[in-house]
Amino acid sequence: MNKKNVFVFMVAAASMLYLGSCKPKGTGNAISGDAASKVYVAPGKYDEFYNFVSGGFSGQLSVYGLPSGRLLRVIPVFSVDPEKGWGYSEETKPMLNTSHGFVPWDDLHHVEMSMTDGVADGKWAFVNGNNTPRLARVDLKTFRTSEIIELPNSAGNHSSPFGTENSEYIVAGTRFSVPSDYENGDVPVNTYKQNFKGHISFVSIDKNSGEMNLAFQLKTPGVNFDLARCGKGKSHGWFFFSCYNTEQANTLLEVNASKNDKDFIMAVNWKKAEEYIKAGKGKKQAVKYAHNKYSDDTHTATSEMKNEVTVLDVSEFPDIVYFIPCPKSPHGCDVDPTGEYIVGSGKLAALLPVFSFDKIQKAIANNAFEKEKYDGIPVIKYEEALYGEVQKPGLGPLHTEFDANGNAYTSFFVSSEVVKWNIKDLKVLDRQPTYYSVGHLMVVGGNTKKPVGKYLVAYNKITKDRYLPTGPELSQSAQLFDISGDKMQLLLDFPTIGEPHYAQAIPATLIKDNQVKIFNINDNKHPYVTKGEGETKVIRQGNQVHVYITAIRSHFAPDNIEGVQVGDEVYFHVTNLEQDWDVPHGFGVKGANNAELLIMPGETSTLKWVADRVGMFPIYCTDFCSALHQEMQGYVRVSPKGSNVPLTFSVGSNSAAE
Amino acid sequence: MKKKLIIALLFATPLFFVACGGGESTEDNTSSSAVEAPKEASNDVASYDPQRGEGKFDASNVKIGALDAAMATKGKAISETKCFSCHKLSDEKLVGPGWKGVTSRREPHWIMNFITNPDAMIDKDPEVQAQLELCLVRMPNQNLADEEAREIVEFMRQNDGVK
Repeated sequence: MNKKNVFVFMVAAASMLYLGSCKPKGTGNAISGDAASKVYVAPGKYDEFYNFVSGGFSGQLSVYGLPSGRLLRVIPVFSVDPEKGWGYSEETKPMLNTSHGFVPWDDLHHVEMSMTDGVADGKWAFVNGNNTPRLARVDLKTFRTSEIIELPNSAGNHSSPFGTENSEYIVAGTRFSVPSDYENGDVPVNTYKQNFKGHISFVSIDKNSGEMNLAFQLKTPGVNFDLARCGKGKSHGWFFFSCYNTEQANTLLEVNASKNDKDFIMAVNWKKAEEYIKAGKGKKQAVKYAHNKYSDDTHTATSEMKNEVTVLDVSEFPDIVYFIPCPKSPHGCDVDPTGEYIVGSGKLAALLPVFSFDKIQKAIANNAFEKEKYDGIPVIKYEEALYGEVQKPGLGPLHTEFDANGNAYTSFFVSSEVVKWNIKDLKVLDRQPTYYSVGHLMVVGGNTKKPVGKYLVAYNKITKDRYLPTGPELSQSAQLFDISGDKMQLLLDFPTIGEPHYAQAIPATLIKDNQVKIFNINDNKHPYVTKGEGETKVIRQGNQVHVYITAIRSHFAPDNIEGVQVGDEVYFHVTNLEQDWDVPHGFGVKGANNAELLIMPGETSTLKWVADRVGMFPIYCTDFCSALHQEMQGYVRVSPKGSNVPLTFSVGSNSAAE
Repeated sequence: MKKKLIIALLFATPLFFVACGGGESTEDNTSSSAVEAPKEASNDVASYDPQRGEGKFDASNVKIGALDAAMATKGKAISETKCFSCHKLSDEKLVGPGWKGVTSRREPHWIMNFITNPDAMIDKDPEVQAQLELCLVRMPNQNLADEEAREIVEFMRQNDGVK
């Protein structure tokens, strides 16, 4: 760092401290002197980690660099994104198709990186859509959503998208139990106990292509499923789901679903379930769900409606599912790196129970069950599954992750803090305040068999006075902690998009060298591709006009189009002829009822535009591409319906009239 | 003149970063918390050979003989997709200069270096820089394979009347 930089830093650091001193009690005093240098990534240098952060009610996935907290990318997933033409271009519209039709928004809560041997491998990120239950796969070579699958029999895909050690399956547990799609749902709401059921989807992942397939569903008693984690190592083959509303309340859950001292963690022997499915024990049920895939060859998405799912009713098989009592309305249900310890975070509990996988196995072998089953499912005795309890850890525990040294880190919503504790002796080692009301947290690799540690990020629900005020709504705040020492050290606040729920971070080295930089124009199999200006054309089919148009620095071909008539549906199929990295072209046309296109090098995208009136309509490139970008424009002339102006198109040859 | 050139270069600089930020470096840039991002190609103008250009090709590995019509046909097909948006076959300038006569002005290996490695050469070659002043659009890197570059040269020779 040169002198000037040092000076700038000191000023910046000093002003942070100064501002801190003016704020209400406790807001800015947790920063120590060297925090700035720990998060400073100089211009032109790279962050060490990619941090994939759920965009909450924005429906998108954001990507930050750590430790800088710089926003690198917002990847559109479940919500339309006019900036990128996502959900507006003809090619991407099918990605948002569902059995309910085109759904342009969702609520994205959790992120799960694809794994090999229990460690993130940098191939794909899986994310859940909570509202209209869906699961999506983001390709980390293109940072684009490649696939979205809808989940039948579900309502609120919250307990998702958690995966097994080798991403054999990504699970999707329904938040709301509801009558299944294959039974009559027209029943009184107050018949929850009789008619409402849970369904847990097991979506298999093709090891090579990543393609998702709804392999089977487990039909369970009606409760709310919240979060989940797979077993690891010795507990590979098992899955753990947190459950609340075991009261099976159908109204005022705030009160009525908080009555029981203990709810459940549901332990699922998924290997066993898989065996039953293979043996043909599942029942095929008629349902309807969309499966949408995007092809990088045709640059086009397809949506297929599927109509059957195999369902295994767990009450009919004694050895798939067990309930473990867990205080109280558990949210997090997290498995430590060894696979032995399962931490339940009861959000209304005053202690943290740690369950032992070995003890659970022993309890099952010894039938150490409660006298009464729960809806036909055996309930393991609490003490027989319990390794121990962390006493007085804080208020409102939500979620736990781990470092490589046998420590756990739990977020506490009510007491606004992150608490570090030792798994073996269950002693609290450190606690640091968060600003304010932390929800999920994440440690780099903290969900895997081999945590990286180093950093922890707390994702807070309340922002209040952390940033310059921006009216009634403030962006949510993430807070970065250095966890390499005995004590956690707060380094940085950074704002996020939407509301971040869960996030994961992986080393940049797993991703950065695999990036697709261009699409080879020769491999473009789009049905409306234009491979060179010699192939440009404009074709009328009834009231549809198809424009085969190319973009290169810095002109469109054609850029003069005449003979379009009012009421015509014009499809601009824009091919970007560039073959160089980071040279997208944009495409906008006046009066379009949708958005722009943003076309990557070698790609073809289509914008539909309806000519609504007589006149002259400019088109132009929206993404600054060269010194002559502002010259990258053209005109579409619209004539009255039935006009005798012939359909013509040209570039460079339409000489000025005398 | 010199002043004008500097202005042109200044103008081109941001574009240059767009094209080169990321570079060809394979070193590990992220092993510690913040490490050097890839550097752009060296700006060592002194060692630049304007007869040869900069890149993989020189007189020893580019052999030219009688016109290979089949090769020229392939070159034309590639050019239609990747070049004709900006270049005409006559001597008339479109976005870039017309192709007529290029094979008598330039060595074949110089052309192949330029079309496969444009960014480095735009930054170093005095004549290319002069051309940039006229066109103001940096010739894009169109990701040509070596073989494709050779085929385009053959097509350029055909266009220039070589038999």
